[in-house]
Amino acid sequence: MVGNIAEAEDLTQEAFLQLHRKIATFRGDSAFSTWLHRLAINVVLMQLRKKGLSLISLDEAMEPAPEERPGRSFGAPDLTLSGAIDRLALQKAIDDLPAGYRLIFVLHDIEGYEHNEIAAMLECSIGNSKSQLHKARLKLREALRMHTQEGGRR
Amino acid sequence: MTEHANGLSCAAFQAQLPELIGSGENVAGHPHLKDCELCRALLADLETIAEAARQLFPIVEPPDELWEQIESKIKLEEGSGNLG
Repeated sequence: MVGNIAEAEDLTQEAFLQLHRKIATFRGDSAFSTWLHRLAINVVLMQLRKKGLSLISLDEAMEPAPEERPGRSFGAPDLTLSGAIDRLALQKAIDDLPAGYRLIFVLHDIEGYEHNEIAAMLECSIGNSKSQLHKARLKLREALRMHTQEGGRR
Repeated sequence: MTEHANGLSCAAFQAQLPELIGSGENVAGHPHLKDCELCRALLADLETIAEAARQLFPIVEPPDELWEQIESKIKLEEGSGNLG
């Protein structure tokens, strides 16, 4: 999620400290694992905010600004990724995703959570999770196509 | 906007795509894709991206020292009464 092991370890520590501080507020309304995951995600989002990334809360992260929304793919140029994706380009494209998209993409496509689990963690609808993931993949596709086109012009 | 023989435009198909993919249905067998190269390419790209991403980041287990650090910080906080 943060793309850096040392920072991930710091955030892991912070998440467990928060857990220790807030455990008494857990009321059992959701599974403990869901509650813990949400707490950890909020720690990550706070850190991203501190680093100046444009997000305030999970709710805002779930709703990227209009200019960040990927377009649909009508009349797209005749260029497909054809199975060969540059790993570095993909990693950079993921890093560059708006935080809300990145969050869903990492949880689903990298960590392997199902939409119902993500919806519970982020307190959003399953449809919202599916939609955000789709938009994230479209945005990655745009970025990777751009990368491929730039490579072809060199 | 392309209207295909199956009566579904690319716009309509792509609007359904998040739900189709997310529900785990066999999207590749969707009638719209039989005669729509554009949407076939889109679906192939999205599947390629998802597959590539799965192989991108190895799962990294936190080192033992991290748990020790967390334990000592918790003890420190308990000692100072700083739990809020």
